[in-house]
Amino acid sequence: MDITVNILLTIATAATPLLIAAIGELVVERSGVLNLGVEGMMIMGAVGGFGAGYLTGSPWIGLLAAIALGAVFSLLFAVMTLSLATNQVATGLSLTLLGLGLSGMMGTSFVGQPGARLPNLDIPGLTAMPVIGRLLFGQDPIFYISIALTAAVMWFLFKTRTGLTLRSIGDSHTSAHALGIRVIRYRYLAVIFGGACAGLAGGHLSLVYTPQWVENMTAGRGWIALALVVFASWRPWRVLAGAYIFGAVWIGQLHAQAFGIPVPSQLLSSLPYLATIVVLVLISRNKRLTMMNTPASLGQPFVPDR
Amino acid sequence: MSANQDDANLLEVRGLTKTFGTLTACDHIDLTVAKGEIHALLGENGAGKSTLVKMLFGTLEPNSGEIFWNGQAVTITNPGLAKKLGIGMVFQHFSLFEALTAAENIALSLDDGSPISTIAAKARALSYSYGLPLDPQSLVGDLSVGERQRIEIIRCLLQTPQLIILDEPTSVLTPQEADKLFETLERLRSEGKSILYISHRLEEVKRICDRATVLRHGKVVGHCNPRKETAASLARMMVGNDVQAVVRAPAQGIETAPPLLEIRALSRKPATPFSIPLKNINLTVRAGEVIGIAGVAGNGQGEFFESVSGEVPQQDAASVRIRSKDAGGLSITGRRLMGAAFVPEERLGHGAAPRMKLSENLLLSRHATDGKVFVGAGGMVKSDAIYAAAQRIIKAMDVRKSAADPEAAALSGGNLQKFIVGRELDRRPGVMVVNQPTWGVDAGAAAHIRQTLIELARSGSAVLVISQDLDELFEISDAIAVMHNGELSKPLPIAEATFEKIGLLMGGAEPGHAEHALETS
Repeated sequence: MDITVNILLTIATAATPLLIAAIGELVVERSGVLNLGVEGMMIMGAVGGFGAGYLTGSPWIGLLAAIALGAVFSLLFAVMTLSLATNQVATGLSLTLLGLGLSGMMGTSFVGQPGARLPNLDIPGLTAMPVIGRLLFGQDPIFYISIALTAAVMWFLFKTRTGLTLRSIGDSHTSAHALGIRVIRYRYLAVIFGGACAGLAGGHLSLVYTPQWVENMTAGRGWIALALVVFASWRPWRVLAGAYIFGAVWIGQLHAQAFGIPVPSQLLSSLPYLATIVVLVLISRNKRLTMMNTPASLGQPFVPDR
Repeated sequence: MSANQDDANLLEVRGLTKTFGTLTACDHIDLTVAKGEIHALLGENGAGKSTLVKMLFGTLEPNSGEIFWNGQAVTITNPGLAKKLGIGMVFQHFSLFEALTAAENIALSLDDGSPISTIAAKARALSYSYGLPLDPQSLVGDLSVGERQRIEIIRCLLQTPQLIILDEPTSVLTPQEADKLFETLERLRSEGKSILYISHRLEEVKRICDRATVLRHGKVVGHCNPRKETAASLARMMVGNDVQAVVRAPAQGIETAPPLLEIRALSRKPATPFSIPLKNINLTVRAGEVIGIAGVAGNGQGEFFESVSGEVPQQDAASVRIRSKDAGGLSITGRRLMGAAFVPEERLGHGAAPRMKLSENLLLSRHATDGKVFVGAGGMVKSDAIYAAAQRIIKAMDVRKSAADPEAAALSGGNLQKFIVGRELDRRPGVMVVNQPTWGVDAGAAAHIRQTLIELARSGSAVLVISQDLDELFEISDAIAVMHNGELSKPLPIAEATFEKIGLLMGGAEPGHAEHALETS
């Protein structure tokens, strides 16, 4: 029983950074902006979070630093693509490259140092309950943030007027502009929100998952988050499902490798990617719903004629 | 509101000017709109009508000039401000969001924070009171163009504006839908509202408008009372000179002429959730005749053109036959090689590559059919031959341009369209299929294109024209068929066709549509 709980806990830890980064990117893409710099913003969050935690000794300050660094980094992308109308794909890619390089430089003195770890939740009486105690009341704080964030984004996008406006901008920025909606302002806020989420996801890696700094420690998680958004057809609960499927298969194949199952390890390592894609493709078979949820102006620069 | 403003104009515009680079789209425009009048803004495509109203609605910023609202000078910097003043607008290219419901679309333009359900109820009530029934829960992507326009109008009326600007509202409506719109406009006028009505359709301007301001090349060329003018005199004001009438010689012995284009039981499943399925379409176009296909936009004309041209090949090879041979499974090049020619609706990006020269665009469409002439040994392109052919087409079609061989995007819409039509005519095709031959083309160029299509038919080719412009179809067609909801009516010989009959077919039997269950998250 304890083993099962432990496995479930590691799955949640593996899924949380993916979920947070993907939920942030989902909001960005719903506004019609494609930011391929998730990996770069995430690694900046990771190095910033570790650095601030290590230097101050407080993982909470590290957490705030991770969020701030991700947001500031995304602001760079926003200025380029929204104010200067550069190509979003190229700008996003360079943001990732810049982030990977810059974080490596910033983190040289952190390598091999012990970091601060965010403590797990511990509620007297509740956390000690058998089985569900640790699952519900004994995880790291970012896990709870990720679940609350998903619910909040769902509510925001589909139940509030501001969320409707954001979706309308993603559907047609020219129509939105004609109605007097401040397209660029909304997009700025969406991009910065996405950056803050990516930073938080990176902070999870260096403050919870493996509380130390390793160069390139995001290891492609930003790209997985990007893919999750598309395969989840821009719907929050599907992103949640995708992140957890990925986490589960990831952990499962690690255990399988440890048991020495006679399957090539390369094949096992590719399983999480395959399984996530297959499941998400299966649940987005409804073409009509997918069309409705795809932001039609995704990736197109918007320059109002004045 | 002081007392001396009772007979003041609601809106007055003085010297409004807007330039885009070197082009002066609006040049010192003066305009007044009185309270409770329907004021027409007349002009050809590119005369500056849309630019002017965009400045009035705050989506464009004027370079100079003044706007007075109820006698007060105002600066309208964004649509929100225009709405606050009491200016409402129904756009020509609808500003709707296809993936959202009608109610959500309406809510987005209202600034109050009331819940969607309240707005939906208000919209439904208002729409029925004006006889423009609307289902607030329907998804805009599923609606016909006429229904979409209803949403725009209801959305505008919910803001209780004093001035309503309608930009070419009838260009997408059936004649019956247009009648309904005119009733609505007259009712609004009787409620004391003012309407600025933009159109290039003279008959309807004469019918409903109290005054007219005519624009040409960005300048006001006249104010008049349209009821006292004739259609011809209005046209002269708009165009600047008399437009040559299109001459259609009667077709001889069509019944016995060989069929060159045959469509047999053509059906097609919708390619995307918002596109129209084609249902069992049958049509024969014989040598020497022009067949017109009428219909409100979005009833399957685009899908039909793609199927006939080979942009999307069919499963059933016999569903499209060219010169009595099966062509349904062939690509567009295969069909061109059988003697067919196609002109798609979209000029830039579909009919021509915008950043390529005219001669290069010529090679793109005719590299296969004229391979021997244009391409030499080893696949080398013969630039001289292509350039000469391009110049021949430019001369034959009277294409006006700024350089010897300019980029396609550098030409005005009308001139590029003349080149694209000319490019196909130059081959003397046995079958010619054209979608929207004169969309956005000025009257002189349109008359030229129409005349050449008739002449091509009379010289023994089969010509099929898809158009939303009923006047055009009545001018050039020997018979008119109507496309509605993916089905094609039998062609009506031109002698029996009337606007009313065609209009009823365009409207279909029932305007209703299915409701769709929506998942929201």
